[in-house]
Amino acid sequence: MERNLMKGNEALAEAAIRAGCKCFFGYPITPQTEISAYLAKRFKAAGGVFLQAESEIAAINMVLGAASTGVRAMTSSSSPGISLKSEGISYIAGSDLPCVIINVQRGGPGLGGIQPSQADYWQATKALGHGDFQLLVFAPNSVQEMVDAVIKAFDLADEYRMPAMILADGLLGQMMEPVTFPEITSKPVEKPWATNGHGNKREHNIINSLYLQPDVLEKSVTDRFKRYDEIKEKHAEAELYKTEDAEIVVTAYGATSRVAKSAVNMAREQGIKAGLIRPVTLWPFPVKQYQKIAETAERFLCVEMSMGQMIDDVKLAINCSKPVEFYGRTGGVIPKPSEILDEIKKYAKCAGGVK
Amino acid sequence: MAKITVNFEKCKGCGLCTTACPKKIVEIQKEKRNRKGYFTSICIDDSKCIGCAMCATMCPDCAITVEK
Amino acid sequence: MAVVFEKPKSMADVTLHYCPGCTHGIIHRLVCEVIDEMGIEGDTIGVCPVGCSVMAYDYFNCDMIEAAHGRAPAVATGVKRTNPDKYVFTYQGDGDLAAIGTAETVHAATRGENIVVIFVNNTTYGMTGGQMAPTTLPGQVTQTTPYGRDPKLMGYPVRVCEMLATLTGTALAQRVAVNSVPHIREAKKAIRKAFENQRDKKGFSIVEVLSTCPTNWGLSPVDALKRLEDEMIPYYPLGVFKDENAFPEKEGE
Repeated sequence: MERNLMKGNEALAEAAIRAGCKCFFGYPITPQTEISAYLAKRFKAAGGVFLQAESEIAAINMVLGAASTGVRAMTSSSSPGISLKSEGISYIAGSDLPCVIINVQRGGPGLGGIQPSQADYWQATKALGHGDFQLLVFAPNSVQEMVDAVIKAFDLADEYRMPAMILADGLLGQMMEPVTFPEITSKPVEKPWATNGHGNKREHNIINSLYLQPDVLEKSVTDRFKRYDEIKEKHAEAELYKTEDAEIVVTAYGATSRVAKSAVNMAREQGIKAGLIRPVTLWPFPVKQYQKIAETAERFLCVEMSMGQMIDDVKLAINCSKPVEFYGRTGGVIPKPSEILDEIKKYAKCAGGVK
Repeated sequence: MAKITVNFEKCKGCGLCTTACPKKIVEIQKEKRNRKGYFTSICIDDSKCIGCAMCATMCPDCAITVEK
Repeated sequence: MAVVFEKPKSMADVTLHYCPGCTHGIIHRLVCEVIDEMGIEGDTIGVCPVGCSVMAYDYFNCDMIEAAHGRAPAVATGVKRTNPDKYVFTYQGDGDLAAIGTAETVHAATRGENIVVIFVNNTTYGMTGGQMAPTTLPGQVTQTTPYGRDPKLMGYPVRVCEMLATLTGTALAQRVAVNSVPHIREAKKAIRKAFENQRDKKGFSIVEVLSTCPTNWGLSPVDALKRLEDEMIPYYPLGVFKDENAFPEKEGE
């Protein structure tokens, strides 16, 4: 298969087209704007709808409208813009609609900065809007993985009738790497619920998230959570690296995991038994994979481009059975391998760290 | 020959139809309430109904059917 | 004898939840009559607002979507852009369309989005119990303007049709009322024209319908009709504010 050198944001956009995405509604914001620009250009030939909305709020609601009719729809933004979309995302989840949302994270809070960040972890996995709901959250760490994640996100979103998010960051979005676009093998999912005009052939369909009877609303939520249970069982993914004999296991996702891997390699060269566990899906969180490692590892070191958000899930996953240390940089600062190596040494017994 | 039929359960007795009838033969009856507790509208003199459907046009609840 | 007037086919055979005398039901029926006459129920997708007509999805027999507060024009845009051959309409109240959804409304209009917007103006937030709306008249008493709306403090009401008529993308901006049979007949003609505009791809069509809220106005249904005539129409004059093809170069294509 053909390999192309592509910028992360453009690869995300191209992957969406290959995955059968028929429309994109977005609003300009750094550092994700290339996605819009690419689709504005490409959709004309590819036969899709590109529309620059008047706001992030309008964009996500356009996605809701398009997704309601059964077509694959996508929007993308960066941190402050995702906050604006959160209302619409809650409605999409409450209406059981599939779509893909890309967040190329930048520093926050507020207007923050435009450099890479991972400070939206809590937002993506815990609180993307009001109400009881989850999104599928993918955390790719390369341009190739972003392509693969987009394709998988569309498929799983359709299968489970829920929104899916690609939680990228400014580093992944802006960097260039070689990518291959895989053959699309999945078949389109039937959508008998779609509001695309009943053509006098069926009863009318209603897309809705309003249930005034508490017991009916409760049932709609618990039914959704049954689907979530199945997803947790089947689709939690993690990459393990040199964890079999590791005394200290570093954990990081996205761009940070690449830096962490370099640090683990440096530690190994110095004879330190370090390993890495990288969640590929942040929701569902790969709980079982962490539990397995906790049986042998002595300590975890969670590294994030934030003040420490994923660390909560790591502690919960292993039920605090082992100490979980933290190292983070925030505001758009990317940690260096040497900084992480210093932390590894601080906590690895075999390197004379904590006793 | 014309007549109106008021759907007893759909009518909420708002009286808008009574303002529209050119023959002044639509009124709210005060004898029998429907399940929601409303006194409903009736035609008090079928012989005068001209089937103009103005009462039905004014009805916010689609409660009136008109035949002619 | 033959039936000369009955519930339109595209309107569900259910009791509407609206208060006695609320004219929402008349406006629903007019939309359904137009859908029936044009034979487009199977090709129509409606978008409901948040407000008293939030559950209108149960009253129209075409496919329906319930949008977030104020976002119906954006939702309708998503539907229409991906299904350009279908008829798409929104049904929105004054709070929904002219306060929280002003941006969505104005931008759908200026894009010339080929949709129909039915805008129900009753000068109050009905569902939440009668607070000040963007269209509440100066001096009008509501829950949140207990001393009457003072424009010096609360600003002036929005005349939506006049505002949208200034935009090139707007094909039709017409204000009608449903407080009398002649006005209702005029309202239906306007709604029909709006749907025909969509069929002919003329751009954004809005029909503003002056409506009553007897409950929150504290008036009997019949007195509410009178208030509409005596107080609302002088402030919100009926008529056509714009009627032209927003995309004339497309003609004859």
